[in-house]
Amino acid sequence: MADLRINFAGIRSPNPFWLASAPPSNSGAQVHRAFEAGWGGAVWKTIGAPVLNVSNRYGAWHFGGQKMLAINNVELISDRPLELNLREIAEVKRAWPDRAVIVSAMVESKPEVWHDIIKKIQDTGADGIELNYGCPHGMSERGMGSAVGQVPEYCEQITGWVMQVAKIPVIVKLTPNISNIVMPARAAVAAGADALSLINTINSIIGVDLDTFELVPNIGGKGGHGGYAGPAVKPVALNMLSALGTDPEVSQSNLPISGMGGISTWSDAAEFLLLGASSLQVCTAVMHYGFRIIEDLCDGLSNWMDEKGFKRISDVVGQSVHRVSDFKNFDLSFKAVARIDQQKCIRCNLCYVACNDTAHQCIDLVAKDGSIVPPGSYDVRSNGKEEAVSTRPSVQVREEDCVGCRLCFNVCPVDSCISMVEEPSGRPSVTWDEITQKQPEVTEDWEKMKAYREKMGIHIH
Amino acid sequence: MNRREGVLNEKATGATGQDGLAEALPPLTRNEALVESARCLMCYDAPCTHACPTHIDIPKFIKKINTGNLKGSARAILESNLLGATCARVCPVQELCEGACVLGAEHKPIAIGRLQRYAMDYVYAKGADIFLTAKTSGKKIAVIGAGPAGLSCAGELAKKGHDVTLFEKRDLAGGLSTFGIIGLREPVEIALAEVAMIQRLGVRIETRREIGEDLVLADIQAKFDAIFLSLGLGATPNLGIPGEEQVIDGLEYIEQSKLNGHNLKIGRNVVVIGAGNTAIDCATIAKRMGAERVTMIYRRTAHEMTAYPHEYDFIKREGVRFEFLTQPVRIRVEKEIVEGVECVRMSLGQKDASGRPAPRPVEDSQFLIPADQVVKAIGQQKAPLASRLNLKTLKGYIDVDEYFQTSLPGVYAGGDCIRARGAASTVMAVQDGKLAARAIHERLVGNG
Repeated sequence: MADLRINFAGIRSPNPFWLASAPPSNSGAQVHRAFEAGWGGAVWKTIGAPVLNVSNRYGAWHFGGQKMLAINNVELISDRPLELNLREIAEVKRAWPDRAVIVSAMVESKPEVWHDIIKKIQDTGADGIELNYGCPHGMSERGMGSAVGQVPEYCEQITGWVMQVAKIPVIVKLTPNISNIVMPARAAVAAGADALSLINTINSIIGVDLDTFELVPNIGGKGGHGGYAGPAVKPVALNMLSALGTDPEVSQSNLPISGMGGISTWSDAAEFLLLGASSLQVCTAVMHYGFRIIEDLCDGLSNWMDEKGFKRISDVVGQSVHRVSDFKNFDLSFKAVARIDQQKCIRCNLCYVACNDTAHQCIDLVAKDGSIVPPGSYDVRSNGKEEAVSTRPSVQVREEDCVGCRLCFNVCPVDSCISMVEEPSGRPSVTWDEITQKQPEVTEDWEKMKAYREKMGIHIH
Repeated sequence: MNRREGVLNEKATGATGQDGLAEALPPLTRNEALVESARCLMCYDAPCTHACPTHIDIPKFIKKINTGNLKGSARAILESNLLGATCARVCPVQELCEGACVLGAEHKPIAIGRLQRYAMDYVYAKGADIFLTAKTSGKKIAVIGAGPAGLSCAGELAKKGHDVTLFEKRDLAGGLSTFGIIGLREPVEIALAEVAMIQRLGVRIETRREIGEDLVLADIQAKFDAIFLSLGLGATPNLGIPGEEQVIDGLEYIEQSKLNGHNLKIGRNVVVIGAGNTAIDCATIAKRMGAERVTMIYRRTAHEMTAYPHEYDFIKREGVRFEFLTQPVRIRVEKEIVEGVECVRMSLGQKDASGRPAPRPVEDSQFLIPADQVVKAIGQQKAPLASRLNLKTLKGYIDVDEYFQTSLPGVYAGGDCIRARGAASTVMAVQDGKLAARAIHERLVGNG
């Protein structure tokens, strides 16, 4: 069985899964129960400045019969008294010495206020501190949360204040509501932070009520942007995680990164590890199904690691980072074509319509006699399941016309029915970057491009 | 969700009395409809649409349910099939749309029938009329017979602005939907709501008008620009055995159960002669309304019976007994009270004209099935009026060309009365009516 223990910037936990700073880690009683269920750690819901909350604070996006592909919230940091939170943090840590107890903090942007909260947190015996520079609503209006995270200078300055008094590891949590995530990360590195975490929630409006024209959720007739999280944000989080891993400045600092943003299953977790996260935080999936999901997160991850021959988490971390690249470095001679397994095909024709309407018109409907037929080519009097099924044409790819766009592969509802088959293109490997360096005229002039394509045998369909 | 859509569900099995004949499948809840409609892959040029005799654009109406556009969903259904509410309930979906669903092979086909009912229930509950009638054409059309074919044809023509009169010999319109389909599949209210919708399209319905009686074809021809005959089939044929006068007609049995259930007398020990879908309905009524024992007798075997496989599966679970290879030869009657059915065993020989093995009596095989009520459901006679109206026939059915025109110019026909080939069904009748309406419209005003 794989060893799931981690040591993240000196913070140890029996598995890499921590509750993210959020409603699930709002109180001692909740964190106790989470630890009983098996969670490796918890980032306590942010403590700091006094706040008041509102009703109807969570919205959700549902799609195709699936509930809560994403959640959004306008809940603020902890509205429980600071002293109560600090006392419960101390109690939980005493009761669970082997688990990671990290405390998220956010206070007014004054050095003395930050010094005070950091010292109070350290007095609880907590293992680490996470600086919340991400909260996108409410707190940001008061100059905290993402108002800090969006300005690298503020980020560096406040982290510096914290580091002046910090005796336990400090994690800087980044906001995704910024055009380049690397900038605040570099600021945190420069200020001496011990680790990074990302992503916080994304600015969002979930929707509009079509009967009342109010926003969803409706807060006394008003609504506004809230933090977006859950399965739908995972690709955004993976991209930002990989941006840190591929930035020379951030990656050379060797700061560990705690990854979060839509982690719902062990396989999501494995993807975050492969792209460089070395601890993992979870919120929406817990808010949907409860603490019990930790069992399969650990069990599934462990089984996958065994299958792949990984002995410990650190063996997995960052394994895919070197694969992250830019378009200019992709091999323009790499060729793949779609191939449909006729035995598995259920003849839904979704690949046909996708290719025909929106891609490259290289899938045909082929009748039993081998002729290409248009859709709907049956007599109006033809009916019944036997006729409908037995006369239904098959879908076939004209591979010589297929550009390998992979749209059909994506829409096919049958597992492993369409595969993207690598084919030799007959052309030597070349990247856009290489063409730009060796033959810049090709990249600037359509006539030169035409000549280049003719020479290389590249046909555009 | 019930796997066997369109079939009576298990929950209702075992209920007796009138409640046992209430519509068996519950309507889908909103959430069920959303989850089920989300499951639809939205196939392109979908096989369900091909399999549907009226070619409803099924992925289109299902996705509209999923987006919450129920009025649009209903319109998508009704554009192809004006009797969508009946068809949602009575169609043998296993043989048609659901049987062709691409999810059927390995998984569970989409519950198309029940989703269609969901969209139809919505518009009927709202009382929303989907279609606006077109500008009056000035053309008068007579439709004879207000069953599914007649209603479909009349409604389609009214949509085009024609002045349509629908003549019906019975007290109520709707044909077999009103009188002949067991209530647990389609309550009478559904059929009558569809009739009312057809009337709102502008169709005038005159009941108790029977052709050949007070209506003379030549008179109608003189007064109307075109005629559509949707005469259905005739009475149940005679068994030709002694005691026949004590035998109840199966269609009447069903009609009584729907329209006059409290007065329908059910035997303790009921024999149903026949093994088609109507026979199964009769056996179901008997069983659910209190018969202690119900026996279906059929001269061939389960292999040759004309009932749909899902119907046979259903009735077996109702606890009905079968006597296959059994031919009734006499109804035993004492002082006008039925005591039983005298039968002989049969064996199957060579294939006959129907393509099925011909049953032959086995010598000295007489036996008695005790019974106090005997119901026959052995099909209906072919269109009895065809020859009286001097129409050309095909195998006893009214012969029509590819535009549903009979041998008399301007006189069209559709529905069971022309069904010389293929299985007679509501949805086929609806399609006949629709296609004939198109042909009539083109004849009268050209394509436009």
